Amino acid sequence: MRSSAMRDMMEITARPEVISLAGGLPDTSTFPTEAFAEEMHRIEKTAVAEVLQYGPTEGSMLVREQIVEVMAAEGTNVEARDVTVTTGGQQAIDLITKVLIDPGDVIVCDAPTYPGAIPTFCSYEADVRQVECDADGMRIDLLEETIATLEAEGRRPKFIYSIPTFQNPGGVTLSLERRRRLVEIAQEKEILVIEDNPYGLLRFEGDPLPTLYSLDGGNYVVYLGTFSKILSAGLRIGWLVTPTPIREKVVLGKQAGDLCTSTLTQDFAGHFFASGRWREYVAELVEIYRARRDVMVGAMAEYFPHGATWNKPQGGLFIWATMPEVLSSEDLLAKALSQNVAFVPGPNAYVDGRGASSMRLNFSGVKEDEIIEGIRRIGQVAREQLKLYETMTSTDEMRLPPRPGDAEADS
Amino acid sequence: MRVALLQGGRSLERGVSLRSGQRVSEALRDLGHEVVAMDLGPDLVSRLESSRPDVAFIALHGTEGEDGTVQAMLELLGIPYTGPGVAACQRCMDKSLAKYILREHGLPTPDWVTYSEAGIRDFGAASTFGTAVRRVGLPLVAKPASQGSSLGVKVVTELAQIPNALITALSYDDRALLETWVSGRELAVSVLGDEALPVVEAIPTESNAYDFEARYEIGAASFECPADLPEEQRDEVERVALAAYEALGCSGFSRVDVILADDGPQVLEVNAIPGLTETSLLPQAAEAAGMDFDQMVEKILQLATGDE
Repeated sequence: MRSSAMRDMMEITARPEVISLAGGLPDTSTFPTEAFAEEMHRIEKTAVAEVLQYGPTEGSMLVREQIVEVMAAEGTNVEARDVTVTTGGQQAIDLITKVLIDPGDVIVCDAPTYPGAIPTFCSYEADVRQVECDADGMRIDLLEETIATLEAEGRRPKFIYSIPTFQNPGGVTLSLERRRRLVEIAQEKEILVIEDNPYGLLRFEGDPLPTLYSLDGGNYVVYLGTFSKILSAGLRIGWLVTPTPIREKVVLGKQAGDLCTSTLTQDFAGHFFASGRWREYVAELVEIYRARRDVMVGAMAEYFPHGATWNKPQGGLFIWATMPEVLSSEDLLAKALSQNVAFVPGPNAYVDGRGASSMRLNFSGVKEDEIIEGIRRIGQVAREQLKLYETMTSTDEMRLPPRPGDAEADS
Repeated sequence: MRVALLQGGRSLERGVSLRSGQRVSEALRDLGHEVVAMDLGPDLVSRLESSRPDVAFIALHGTEGEDGTVQAMLELLGIPYTGPGVAACQRCMDKSLAKYILREHGLPTPDWVTYSEAGIRDFGAASTFGTAVRRVGLPLVAKPASQGSSLGVKVVTELAQIPNALITALSYDDRALLETWVSGRELAVSVLGDEALPVVEAIPTESNAYDFEARYEIGAASFECPADLPEEQRDEVERVALAAYEALGCSGFSRVDVILADDGPQVLEVNAIPGLTETSLLPQAAEAAGMDFDQMVEKILQLATGDE
C-alpha cells in the first residue's frame, strides 16, 4: 500500500461480512482431517520430545528430501543439500534480498509484481525497476533494454526477480522461448535470476513448462518454493535452492533471523509428503481452483462493464483485470467496500504508481457463490462510476476547452 | 469505572480506530478502570446492555462511529459517552453543513460548492461546473463531504480535471465539495473541555513543499507543537477555533483544522473524534499542555460523566 490511509482501508476486509477477493489464500477446508489426526497421533507416540526442540538452521533432512520430490514433480532435479528450508516463501524473499542487496542496488522485476515483495525490496533500500509483462510474461526485449540502459549508467541489476508461472498478480506464464532467452541473458551477463514458483503445481490445463532453474542447471538461477499453496499457509514452510556460496550466506542470515523453521510443522509436513498423499491432495485443489476460476471468468463476462479486460490464467490463484482507463481501482475499492467486497488495487503491484485502473482478484480462497456475488457487486459499482463519468463529460461545457477566464477566476 | 471501549467499526478508518482503541485501552487499564472492548457488530446493543458500563469511550472514526449513529444508540440505552453529542457529530461529519453553520456564525471558511451524485446523475448539474469553478477559483480542492482522512481528496488546477476529481470524491460519499484552495500555514487546534490546547502546525517536508496533495497525505509533513506563532496570531487562531467548536455544538473534545492565510485564519473542518493514537495530533497537543496520554484519557472520561 502506498499511503497509510489506503492501508487502513484494507482493515475492513477482515470483517466477516466482507467478501474478500483481496487475499492470496489457499482453500484449506478440504484437507483430510483424518490425515491431520494420523500425523498428530504419530507425533504423540514417537516424536514429542524431538518436535518440541530446536532443529538445524538449514531445515530437517526429511523435509529437504521431500522438497526434492516435490520439485521433481515439476521436472526440476535438485540435491537435498542445496535446499534451505525457510519460514514460508516470504522469508525466502527476505533472506535472498538481505544477502544480496546493498542500499541502492538494482532489482529488476515483473510489472506488475508480487505486492508482498515490494515492501521487502524497499526495506533493504533497493532501486526497483519493473519490466512490463504481456500475455507471455515478462517482455524479455524490454528486459534487455532495461539492462542496456543500466549498463550505460555503469550499473547492473543485482538480480532479476520473477514469478514465471501463473504470476502473482498477473496470472500470466512466461513462454518457453522467453524462459530460454532469460536464462541465456542471465548466463551471458552473469546476472542472478530469482525464480519464485509458489504456484507451478497448480496447473489447470496446458502442458507444464520447464522451470528456469532446470533450464539453467542452478548456476545463475536461485529457486524459491513454498508449501503454502499446495499444503498449508499456516505451517509456514518455504525453501530456497541456491548455489553453495549463496547458501552459506543465506543460512547465516536465517540463523540471525530465527535460528530455524518450526520443528513441529516441518515434522508434520515432512511425513505428510513422505506418505505420498500430497499428490492426491494437490489434484483435488486443482479441481476446486479450476472450477472457481471458471466461475470468476464467467461472472466477469456477465457483470463487468464494456471496455474492461482480464485474462484466464491456466493455473495459480489470481486473475488480473483492468477497468476502462477513466476508473481508478483505488476509488473503485472504496465503493466496493461500501458493498462489502474487496480486491487488491493495481498500484500495489508497482513501485511507480502504474496499474491505476487494474485490480488483482483471488479465486482460490472464496466459494463459488461468493465469487459470483463479489464480481457482480464490483461490476455494478464500476458501471455506476462509468455512467456518472459519462454524464459529467458529455455536457457542452466539458466538451469544449475551458474558457480563458476559467483559469484566473476570482477566489 | 467499567468502561465500554468502542473501536473498529465498518468505516474506511477502521484501522486508525483499532490503533486508537488499543492505545486508549492501555491508558484506561493503567488508570485502574475495567475495560470491555467492543467492535461494531450485530451484538453491539446486547453486549452494551449485558455489560452495563458506567460510560462508553468512543474510539471510532468515520461513518457510524463519528456521525452520531453510535451516539444516538448510547443515548437510548442511557449510557454516557465521550466526545461530542449526536447533533454535533452530524454537523461535523457533513463538511458542507458544517461550513454553512460556520458561515452563519460569521466564522471564516474557504468558499465552496457542494455536488451530490444524484444532482449530477439525474438533474444535469454537470453543466454548472464552469460556474462553480469561476466561483471558487483555481486551484480548488475536491473532497468527499463526509470522510475524515485524506481519502478521496484531489486538487484540481483546471476545469477539465473536475469529472475525474468528482468521481474520486464521490467514491467515498454521495456528496462532494469543491472548495477554494487557500495557501497558508496548516494548523490544528485541539479542544478539550472548553479549552484550546497548544496549536499544532503541520510543516510539509522540503521535498514536497509545493505539492498541493502533501496537505492531505499523512507522513508528508512533520509536526511542530506548540506552533511558532506570534501571540496575537495565536490568540486569533484559538479564538476562531473555539468559536467553530461552539458553533457546531461540540463538547468533550474535538479538533479544529485551520489554514492561517495572509488575511487571517480560515476553518477547514472540525473532526468530532480525532485520532487517539500515540502520534495523533490531540495527544501531541495535550502533551504540550503538560498532560500525558493517561491524564488526557481521564480528563475525557470526566467530561463524559460529569465527575469533575
